[in-house]
Amino acid sequence: MIPEIGHFSLILALLVALALGVFPIIGAASGNAVWMGLARPLARAQFLLIAIAFVCLAYAFATMDYSVTYVATNSNSKLPIQFRIAAIWGGHEGSLLLWAMILSVWTVAVSLFSKHLPDDMRARILGVMGLISVGFLLFMLMVSNPFERLIPAALDGRDLNPLLQDPGMIFHPPMLYMGYVGFSVAFSFAIAALLGGQLDAAWARWSRPWTTMAWVFLTLGIMGGSNWAYYELGWGGWWFWDAVENASFMPWLVGTALIHSLAVTEKRGSFKAWTVLLAICAFSLSLLGTFLVRSGVLTSVHAFATDPRRGLFILVFLVVVIGGSLALFAWRAPTVGRGGKFDVVSRESFLLANNVLLAVAAFSVLLGTLYPLFLDALGLGKISVGPPYFDTVFAPLMTPALFLMGIGPIARWKKSSLPELALRLRWAFGVSVATAMLLPLLLGHWTPMIGLGLFLSFWIFASSAHLVYQRLRGTDQQLITRIKAIPRSWWGMVIAHLGIAVFTLGVTIVKGFESEIAVRMLPGEVAHLAGYDFTFKGVEEIQGPNYTASRGQLLVTKNGVERTILSTEKRLYTVQNMPMTEAGISPALIHDLYASLGEPLADGAWSVRLYHKPMVEWIWAGCAMMALGGLLALSDKRYRMRKRLKKEGELKSNEALA
Amino acid sequence: MKRFLLPLVIFLVMVCFLFIGLNLDPREVPSPLVGKPAPMFSLPRLDDPKQAFSPKDMLGKVWLFNVWASWCGACRDEHPILVELSKSGLVPVYGMDYKDTREDAQQWLQQGGNPYIATAMDADGRVGINYGVYGVPETYVIDKAGIIAYKQIGPVTDESLRNKILPLVKRLQAQ
Repeated sequence: MIPEIGHFSLILALLVALALGVFPIIGAASGNAVWMGLARPLARAQFLLIAIAFVCLAYAFATMDYSVTYVATNSNSKLPIQFRIAAIWGGHEGSLLLWAMILSVWTVAVSLFSKHLPDDMRARILGVMGLISVGFLLFMLMVSNPFERLIPAALDGRDLNPLLQDPGMIFHPPMLYMGYVGFSVAFSFAIAALLGGQLDAAWARWSRPWTTMAWVFLTLGIMGGSNWAYYELGWGGWWFWDAVENASFMPWLVGTALIHSLAVTEKRGSFKAWTVLLAICAFSLSLLGTFLVRSGVLTSVHAFATDPRRGLFILVFLVVVIGGSLALFAWRAPTVGRGGKFDVVSRESFLLANNVLLAVAAFSVLLGTLYPLFLDALGLGKISVGPPYFDTVFAPLMTPALFLMGIGPIARWKKSSLPELALRLRWAFGVSVATAMLLPLLLGHWTPMIGLGLFLSFWIFASSAHLVYQRLRGTDQQLITRIKAIPRSWWGMVIAHLGIAVFTLGVTIVKGFESEIAVRMLPGEVAHLAGYDFTFKGVEEIQGPNYTASRGQLLVTKNGVERTILSTEKRLYTVQNMPMTEAGISPALIHDLYASLGEPLADGAWSVRLYHKPMVEWIWAGCAMMALGGLLALSDKRYRMRKRLKKEGELKSNEALA
Repeated sequence: MKRFLLPLVIFLVMVCFLFIGLNLDPREVPSPLVGKPAPMFSLPRLDDPKQAFSPKDMLGKVWLFNVWASWCGACRDEHPILVELSKSGLVPVYGMDYKDTREDAQQWLQQGGNPYIATAMDADGRVGINYGVYGVPETYVIDKAGIIAYKQIGPVTDESLRNKILPLVKRLQAQ
């Protein structure tokens, strides 16, 4: 009964979404205030209906209702409750429901926080979001219904993919989807602006907080995914250039470009057409990512069950949404006008250059991801494009981008002068060159890549330090007052940029100085790596809720002093008969010690892999700082609506009095 | 106007490729071994470790060589199909148990039926490397001269058996 309620409310949600996609947009075009006014109640009704469907599916999982096909394929009676709930998005149908759910959350958020928008603008934005929702609900109801019954019911479920049975599964997909789907807001703002012909600074000002919010979620989602892969896949990597990872990374790159170009459009009125294009691209790449993951055109470690009808449906949907919006762009963008003029040497130019580099980077990731498919489609054979391609293409693109990051915030709007910039940044440059040359010698060895990475990282540190110094000196107020006087969004920028520096430093050090060994170990035997002694304490059998495991322990000592015990498991998930490795990691600021248990060998020996990963945690710390920077920018005074409205109200009443 | 159309044009070209891509199977990887002699080995048999199995014994016959393991989920899907095939007697099926333990493998064959005339035990996966095993299951069609004629990556399905493997086997048997 409950699953039928879920199914039924999905059908109702589709009808509501259809109404939301039609009436407010027509109302906005014809000036019908009643139809425009429908947007907000419809957005809320849609949210309620999808939420009911979501709760119904959660209920089916919680009560182990194996007469629902989706539950029977993705759950099991032995699966712990937290994973039974996370299993809602463990498969194809449920992740689509999560997609639709999150889209309706964003839609309702826009309907709640858009009181300051003109009625027609709001109606169009919510209408466009409704149309996207129609696509996803239709997709679900036609070819991917999570509530489909299995008659007769299965006795027990086939279990959630053991790879996904991890706390990461609970947070990573919702975070990532919040980011992905969040770009639909910026997209809808852009489409609404194109439809209404109101591409102005106000449009950019409204889009900015939504874009930043989505970007923060996406950053955290990618960070979580990378961290998860690091400890779950058991071979110490943190990014694999896998098709599915790329699918989340491309919107991030374009979204980053969008945040910056929105700033220019708001402050200077320039780059309007470009900003609109980026807003369309950021969300289009999110959709494309969904297509790539869900259609099975590409193989990846994130393999999902595939169905050609689904692929075709998403492709048609992509053509309608992306093709339609790009056609609208081609039609309306030429009338937009160019905005403020700027010099070749100006903050605008630096930001534009950064934007282009980020967009080209996203495009090259897209190319690398689709290249095997292109060759195959042209009958030129099968290849796979792996890390060598991405590493080769990425470093030359990111080098100038990171270098410009140091200059951009210091340059003036409109017109700046190169000699002056050079003069102001000479110390930062000197410090970073010196660090890049000397630090690797202290650490052991120097290679051009280590030198380059350190230079870029310290360049951002030093130029940011200079930026803060410039901003804080000069006036005779107290330091604390001066700090407070600076808007939070500015601090957000500085912290996000420092996050990039921390990230770059982590990547450089871990790539340059990591070491690993694969050894055969008998209990009591000692292996040596990076100055540490790893004593193998043997393996014990343990029984988990839905798996059996061999747990190996390694005592880590340095110069005879005990440091830590690494505990790594080789699990066998009994339902799917699938072996999994749980790495044993001792994380620290300076380095991670990482052990992963391999295969049992003859005579009670085990193969064990040991890794020493210096500063690898800095990679995720850097991502967290970027997200923190975004949050700081969001907490800026100018986004606190109520206060500002109140102030404006007071001003008006004062005027009335005067 | 023209430059504003560019994104749309690029997108439409991409859609064409994606459309073609939908009809291709990314798992269908050509093996460099197709057309080359099957790598030789001699491994203990699963049912009796004292006896060895070698592809040399099979010269003069067309046969299927199926790489499987008891820990492999997809093998479970193809297993009944192989059992049917072996009952039909159209082509002899030999197996190689890949990175597995004897007990698990024997239990698996007891449960699901044994389609194999003989199974070689490749416990450490050495022979699998020579055959370029990407993942289990994989199935090779080997001709009378001991040349690999076809390699199926992933489970054998009714469809692949009917459309590819059996017609090929018939042709090779007639040679």
